[in-house]
Amino acid sequence: MRVITAAFAIAAGVIVLLGYFFQVEQLELLRLRLIDWAIIIAAMAVLVGIYNLAAVQLEKIRAGQKGSIYGVVMLLSLGITFAFGLLLGPNNPFVNLAVNAVIVPVEASLMAILAVTLIYASIRLFRRRVDVMTVLFLLSAVLFLLAIMPTPFGALPGNWIITQFGGMLSRGGARGLLLGISLGTLLTGLRILFGIDRPYGGN
Amino acid sequence: MALGLLALAAVLLVALTLWRRRSPATLRHIDAYERLNRSVGLAVENGTRLHISLGRGNLFTARGGSALAGLAMLRRLSERTSVSDRPPIVTSGDAPLTILSQDTLQSGYRAAGAEDQYRFSTGRLTGLSPFSYAAGTMPIMHDENVSTNVFIGDFGAEAGLLTEESDRGNSNVIAASDNLSAQAIFYASSQDPLIGEELFAAGAYVGAGASHEASLNVQDILRWLIILAILIGAGLTILGAPI
Repeated sequence: MRVITAAFAIAAGVIVLLGYFFQVEQLELLRLRLIDWAIIIAAMAVLVGIYNLAAVQLEKIRAGQKGSIYGVVMLLSLGITFAFGLLLGPNNPFVNLAVNAVIVPVEASLMAILAVTLIYASIRLFRRRVDVMTVLFLLSAVLFLLAIMPTPFGALPGNWIITQFGGMLSRGGARGLLLGISLGTLLTGLRILFGIDRPYGGN
Repeated sequence: MALGLLALAAVLLVALTLWRRRSPATLRHIDAYERLNRSVGLAVENGTRLHISLGRGNLFTARGGSALAGLAMLRRLSERTSVSDRPPIVTSGDAPLTILSQDTLQSGYRAAGAEDQYRFSTGRLTGLSPFSYAAGTMPIMHDENVSTNVFIGDFGAEAGLLTEESDRGNSNVIAASDNLSAQAIFYASSQDPLIGEELFAAGAYVGAGASHEASLNVQDILRWLIILAILIGAGLTILGAPI
């Protein structure tokens, strides 16, 4: 079984990859068919994931673990929104209200907490480690904030020097990081294509 | 050009993997991975838990690469910690990734000869949007006796909430992401941040095998080739030659 799953995964990966490089009609059709299957499976995986989420919460409630009341709230909300979504359809105003009046404000409030958290983290950075890179990191963050922040008197004098010169350095650094990440991604993909890494149970 | 680079990388990977099987690489010292290896041993000894968060990397996008690198590391860690009283918990914010994480955990247990100890509830989907994922993960870090949090994969700004929660629980943080915003947050909020492609070195540093060490060598070779190409391109542009 493990050999079959590995062979199928490798074959699907190679076909999709070749389909990107060679414009052969049959290969292109096969590539699109495989991607369609993968999308359907991914959609089913969401249902499996939700089942997993519900099962973990049920287990917590059954064991009477700390915070299990939140599990009850979560399961009730999940059941109600899922049932209404299924009965009324995703475009129904009531279902939309559940998203716009509950989920969006909650996420916005978490975003606000995040802003405070990040300021706190940058203040504590010097307690964690004091080195040249840390000083440069904080200095560039403060300078960029000063350069782009709106003031009642308009832009601060000299802000273009920071955005141009500092921007040049940070853009260069970001491209360097992204190149490294691209190479890492490429090699990770190749290991999976060769069947060296098999995160689908065959390893 | 892209196909040539891919073919070169593939040939180098195969050749260097065979070479590394005979002659294992000497890896440079990375503080974060040293600490990770220490933390794994410590978690097994003192009965605490390892929490591995794989982020929200969708496997249909380029972001999936970091999640797959995280899975390679998870495979090795699950094998090493499967004998612990408190097995590791894996969280993710993408459903297919959750299924893969459960499969990887089970493989690790099987390799350690402890498949009957495996529980599917140790691989959890905690939310499908960035902040719901963070909100679902934070209680696990707080309530499940976690001593080390490993964040490896695709994260966004919500990484700030996760590292803050970890800090409150006085637990270790090992963090790496392919996302630049998350990297900046991890840099500010973890003791030994992992930068850029160091994320993809995780497998090699936890002993995942010769192919992971060979991957690092191939990355180095390709990096030098890219540097050379950039320098030649810049030189030709300065000289006014058509590229």
